[in-house]
Amino acid sequence: MSEPSPRPLIALAGNPNTGKTTLFNHLTGARARVGNYPGVTVERRVATMSLAPGQPADLVDIPGTYSIVGRSAEEQIAIRELTGLGGGRRPDLVVLCVDATNLVRNLYLALQLQELGVNLVVALTMMDEARGILPEPQLLGAALQCSIAPVVARTGEGVPALVELMKDRLATPDPAPRWRWTPSPGLRAAMDRVRDAAPAAWPKDDALALWALMSVTDVDELQGVPPEVRAAVLGGGPSGEAIDEEVITARYRWLDEHIAPALRGPPERSLTDRVDAVLIHPVFGFVVFLGIMFVVFQSLFAWADPAITLIEDLFGAIGGVVATSLPEGILNDLLVNGVIGGMGSVVVFLPQILLLFFMLGLLEDSGYMARVAYLMDRVMRLMNLNGRAFVPMLSGFACAIPAVMATRTMERQRDRLLTMMVVPLMTCSARLPVYTLMIGALFPPDRLWGVLPVQGLLMVFMYLFSVVMALTAAWVLSRTVLKAPNVPLVLELPPYRAPRLRDVLRMMTSRASMFLREAGTVILGFTILLWALLSFPKDVPFTQDYEAKLAAATTEEQVAELSAERDGELLRGSYGGRLGYALEPVIRPLGFDWKIGVGLIGAFAAREVFVSTMGVVYGVGGDVDEESVTLRERMRSELRDDGRPVYTPLVGVSLMAFFALACQCMSTLAVVKRETGGWRWPAFLFVYMTSLAWTVSFVIYQGGRLLGFGG
Amino acid sequence: MAELAQSDEIPLASLSSGTTALLTRVGGDRAFRRRVMELGLVPGSAVQKRQTAPLGDPIELEVRGCRLSIRRAEAEVVWVKA
Repeated sequence: MSEPSPRPLIALAGNPNTGKTTLFNHLTGARARVGNYPGVTVERRVATMSLAPGQPADLVDIPGTYSIVGRSAEEQIAIRELTGLGGGRRPDLVVLCVDATNLVRNLYLALQLQELGVNLVVALTMMDEARGILPEPQLLGAALQCSIAPVVARTGEGVPALVELMKDRLATPDPAPRWRWTPSPGLRAAMDRVRDAAPAAWPKDDALALWALMSVTDVDELQGVPPEVRAAVLGGGPSGEAIDEEVITARYRWLDEHIAPALRGPPERSLTDRVDAVLIHPVFGFVVFLGIMFVVFQSLFAWADPAITLIEDLFGAIGGVVATSLPEGILNDLLVNGVIGGMGSVVVFLPQILLLFFMLGLLEDSGYMARVAYLMDRVMRLMNLNGRAFVPMLSGFACAIPAVMATRTMERQRDRLLTMMVVPLMTCSARLPVYTLMIGALFPPDRLWGVLPVQGLLMVFMYLFSVVMALTAAWVLSRTVLKAPNVPLVLELPPYRAPRLRDVLRMMTSRASMFLREAGTVILGFTILLWALLSFPKDVPFTQDYEAKLAAATTEEQVAELSAERDGELLRGSYGGRLGYALEPVIRPLGFDWKIGVGLIGAFAAREVFVSTMGVVYGVGGDVDEESVTLRERMRSELRDDGRPVYTPLVGVSLMAFFALACQCMSTLAVVKRETGGWRWPAFLFVYMTSLAWTVSFVIYQGGRLLGFGG
Repeated sequence: MAELAQSDEIPLASLSSGTTALLTRVGGDRAFRRRVMELGLVPGSAVQKRQTAPLGDPIELEVRGCRLSIRRAEAEVVWVKA
C-alpha cells in the first residue's frame, strides 16, 4: 500500500451504519480489491472510481468508526489511513459519510478530521429519512466550513453532485486545520510537549499530539508509536481521564451550540419503535429471535443440502468421465481423486457460505444484528464474548467453514480470534456420519428404562458435550492465550432499515470468491497431498495374486470382493497406512488400533471421509456409508491380535469423543489461515484441539477400563 | 476517580425505565469512559433510560436521539441527576 500511484487516493470514512458501504458501491461499481490490514484481521477494501472519463481515482473504505482515537490495533487503522502514518500514503481527499438523521453524533468525527487538517468533503447520507428535520445543507456547510453534498446512498440520488464536489476539492485542496475549541493551559502544555518530542518521521502536529494523548496508555496495543512520543504522553501532565473529558465535552459543546439549534426536530423513529416493541420484547422478542435463528441454522443444515449433493454429483460425474477417457494409471488417479476431487471438496462449501453471508447481510444491514447482540449478550458473556458471537457459534453446528468466516461480523480482533478458536468444537454436520456409524455398530437399539432410545440419547449427548467443551474452551482461552484488556460493551442500536439487496449480494459474492481464491487453493493442496499419502507406493507386496484371481473370477460379486480386498491391502501398505501404523503407539492408549489410525489420517480431508476410509481399510470397499450393514458387521467382527474385539462400546465412546474434539478438518485450518492471515492461529488450533481430544479420549478409555467397562 | 455518590446523584442503572435525567459524570475504565462520551454521553447531556434487555442485561439508553446499549455493571458508574 506504500507504492506511489499517480491516481488520487480518496478515503471514505464514517460512523458505522451510515450507508458508507452502499455509497462505496455506488461510487465504484466495479469489484473491490480486498486485502487485510497488516497485523489485524480487518479487511482493507480499495476500488477504482471514475471522477470523470479518463480520470480514475482509488477509493479506500475505512472501517466504520466513531472516533479516530483508540488504544487497540484495529482502532488505529483510521488514524493510519487518514494521515498516512505507518508507511501508508496520505489520502488526497477524505469523504466523510454523515448520517443526516443523527447529525450531532456523526459530526463529532468531522470535527476530529478538521482538527487533523484533512482535505474534507462531507456526504450527508440518509437524506430521504432526514428531510424535514435538517437545516439547508448550505447553512450546515457554512457552519462547518466545509463542502457538503446531500445524498441518498440507497438510490444514488445526489451521487453525481458529490463526485463533482470531490473533483473540486481535489483540484483546490483545503487542508487548513480547524479547531472549534481552545485547550486549557494544562492540556496546551501537554500537547506542546508531545508534539515537540516527536521524531522527524512523525509530523509535528497538534491534532496528532492530541491523538497520542488520548490513545497511548501503558496497556495499549498501538503499533509504530515512536518511543519519544510514548514517553512524552506518559510523562505526567493532566490525567488521561481529565484530557478525555475536556476534549470530548468541548467538541460536543460546539456541536450543541452551532449544529443542534439549526435542526428542525428530532428524527422520525416511530417505525423503529414499533418494530422494537416486538423484536426486543421479553417474550415475542425471543420467539422471533428463535424463529430467525432457526431459519439461519436450517438453511445451512438442510436447505444447502440439495446444492451440496448436486455439486458432489457433478464433480463425481466429471471425475467419472475423466477416469474412463484417460488410460488407467497414476495421472488418471491424480486427476480424478486428487485434482477434481479436491476442487469438489472446495466448491462443496459454497452453498453454505453463500447462504450464510446472504443472511448475515440481511441481519446486519437491517439493524437486527445489533438486536441479536443486545438479546444474547448475557448468554455470550459466559464465554467472555459479546452477543455478536452468537450467529457464528450457531453456524458452527452446521459447518465450521462458513462459521469461521462469519466472525467478521464482530468488531474486535480478540473476539474474532476467540470465536474462531472455539467454533470448530461445535458438532458440525460432518461429524454426524461418524457418530451414526459408531453408535449403529456398537450400541444396541435398546431403550433405557423402556422409553428412552439409547442411540438417540447418545447423539443428543454428543451435541451437549460439544457445547460444554466449546464453553469451557472459550472460558479458558479468554483467560490465557487470548487474554486482552477488557473492553466494555457499548452497542449502538441503529434504526431499522430495509437492506439493499445489491449490497448484500455484492458482499456475499466477494466473500465466496475470496474463499475460493485463498482458502480453496490451500484445501486443494491438502487434498492432493492426502491423496498421494494414501495412494503411494503402488508396489505393495500382496498376500495373494489378485490379477490371476481377478482374471479367473466368474461372478461380479467375486470381482467386487477381490478388488475391495486388494484396495484394502494397497491402502494398508501406502505411506498413509504406514503412518497409521507408526501412529499406533500414540493412539493405542485411547483404545485405537493402527487401522483406526489410517481412518483418522483419511478423515483429515473431512471427518465424514472416515467412514469410506474404514470401508477401504477393512476391504469392504469405499462405497459404504454410515448406514452400511456390511461395514458395521465387519467392525463388530474385527479382532485384536489377542482375539478380543477391537470395537467395544468403550472404544466407540472414546473414538466419538476424539472426533468431537480433534481438529480433523484441513478446510477449517485453511479458512482460519485465510481469516487470520498466517499459519500461527491454525497451528495453535490444530495443536490445542488435538491435544484436548487425545487427553479426553485417554481419560475415557483408561478410566472406563479401570471402572471395568472392558476394552 | 471517586465513585462516591453526591447527594442527589444516582447511577444510571438505578434510573427507572422511560425516565430522562441529566448526566453528571461518567466513571469506569478509561476506554469505556472515552467511548461512551464520544458517543455523546458527556456531562450535561439529557439521557433517557429506555429499557432493560429481556435477560436483565444490558440496558438501552437514548442520548441525542441515538440509541445505545451498555451493560448494567458499567451503568452503575454513569451518574445522573434526576
